[in-house]
Amino acid sequence: MTASVDVQKQAGGVVMQFAGPLDLASIGPLWDGALQTAAGAKGHLTLDVNKVPGCDTAGATLLAALSDAAGGAALTGATEEVNALLALVRKARSVPANAATPRTGNFLVDGAKAFVDGLAFFGEVAVAMLRAPAHRREIPFRDVLSLTDGAGVQAIPLIVLLGFLMGLILAFQSSIPLRRFGAEIYVVNLVTISLVRELGPLLAAVVLAGRTGSAFAAELGTMVVNDEVAAISTMGIDPVTMLVLPRLAAALLVMPGLALLMEISGLVGMTLVMGVLGFPPVAVFIQAVQATALKDLVGGLVKACVFGAAVAVIGCRTGLGAGLGPRAVGQAATAAVVGGIFATILLDGIFTVIYFRLGW
Amino acid sequence: MSEVLISAEAVSQVFGARTIFEHVSFTVQAGEIFVILGGSGCGKSTLMRQMIGLLPPTSGRVLVLGHDMRAPDTATLQRIGVMFQNGALFGSMTLLENVMLPLEMHTDLPRDAREAVAAVKLGLVGLADAANLQPAEISGGMAKRCGIARALALDPPLLFLDEPAAGLDPITSAGLDQLILDLRQQLGISFVVVSHELTSILTIGDRCLMLDRGARGIIATGDPRRLRDESTDPRVQAFFRRQAPA
Repeated sequence: MTASVDVQKQAGGVVMQFAGPLDLASIGPLWDGALQTAAGAKGHLTLDVNKVPGCDTAGATLLAALSDAAGGAALTGATEEVNALLALVRKARSVPANAATPRTGNFLVDGAKAFVDGLAFFGEVAVAMLRAPAHRREIPFRDVLSLTDGAGVQAIPLIVLLGFLMGLILAFQSSIPLRRFGAEIYVVNLVTISLVRELGPLLAAVVLAGRTGSAFAAELGTMVVNDEVAAISTMGIDPVTMLVLPRLAAALLVMPGLALLMEISGLVGMTLVMGVLGFPPVAVFIQAVQATALKDLVGGLVKACVFGAAVAVIGCRTGLGAGLGPRAVGQAATAAVVGGIFATILLDGIFTVIYFRLGW
Repeated sequence: MSEVLISAEAVSQVFGARTIFEHVSFTVQAGEIFVILGGSGCGKSTLMRQMIGLLPPTSGRVLVLGHDMRAPDTATLQRIGVMFQNGALFGSMTLLENVMLPLEMHTDLPRDAREAVAAVKLGLVGLADAANLQPAEISGGMAKRCGIARALALDPPLLFLDEPAAGLDPITSAGLDQLILDLRQQLGISFVVVSHELTSILTIGDRCLMLDRGARGIIATGDPRRLRDESTDPRVQAFFRRQAPA
């Protein structure tokens, strides 16, 4: 059923005569117009509910809102039920709401604080590593194996596919300009050096940040939300030693392997393209070996280890720093991926400068 | 005779090889506070999930407001309110927004009206001043109250409360019991309450149904105070006297 309101302007003020049930289903169309009318009545409003057979709390809320908008109103024809509901609603409306908690902050101050906190966390991890030999009992070595499985073994299909496609695409794209100079064989040099020195470690770290860094953050964030981390602390156990060191160890263990696998897969993809261009695999292999030195491979693997450590520590840091509530877990996972990729690229830039200065 | 709001007809629930309960039948009348009680693991919450349409019974059926809850429709779901054990509030919304959600989904009220109605519901449960807080900023008792406010959003005639007193201090728990009694008296709402908190059960319950894990079903029904004083069933006596099973 619908409700209606008839507005009569009289010498003594405005009379709003309602008809039909005032409930959740019927008051929607009346709300805005009735409030405007009431606001214009300025203390001289009469609400006539003689033809209202009943109302619910929503209808009583409308009557209370009209009265408030007019600065007071007389109510006529109300049944006992309507009067009781109105009294209940008025009481419920009598307490003002608190001010909303500000959800914004100073970008620079918050950013600087987060950076300092992040550095402090790296320090905590370093201290925990130094303390580790004396606190071996706090490190769940069994977890290291399962974490290694999750971070490394389960990432192999993605790494192989990504590496293969990357080598294939790089070789194909670079062969187009080099063909014009009859230098297609140098595609091997270009792709091999790119993969071994840069792309292998970099892409493996991106995969680690997306798969494992986010998982670390979500897992630890959930533990924070469920007070599990607080429980660990109150048992006198260092959460960094128990939760972060196994994850750091797992990342350090898997990253060289993942980077190497990415490089080998990329070289296979490149070999396929070179085969199509008429170069046998043996020629490609010899060219690749001549193009790279051991220092390229070692330098790439060192970078991979550092990237892996950064991704793991950032994932753990965002997880342990998660706020309260389920949303915090999602935010921590997002921050872990963004922070992990950003740190990887930043570190890669630093390594480039260092290797350049070393003459690598 | 008062209107029957809920009618459970020989419902059973089996998970794999485990029978939780079988052949459970009862009715809930309009205006009453009906308590489902029993020890942990007896199937109280499972029975409630059947009543609110989240879990189809393995056999039998539950009629709520005349509708078979094996296939709940939106119209019926709008006429019941449910408060889950921890409030089940959405962490990304303020308390006011949590209560406004059903109004936004199921009514054509303008935003101002939705806010006003939701604020009244929060006021009814004593949370008017906390309207703009986030769920992470409030206590467990406040979360339960807000859960009730959200359940009340559409003015349903029937509310289901899952363990409203669990995990609360005695004073907060007593306040919540009084709130349930007030809402029944002031708004004429009927309640189905799942609980194992004795004080709460004896304070608010008009009628109760006691489930037992060993019996896989109902072992007693009636006024909880009379059951406490008059039942000769040792399982009922053990429950009300807080005795561990022999």
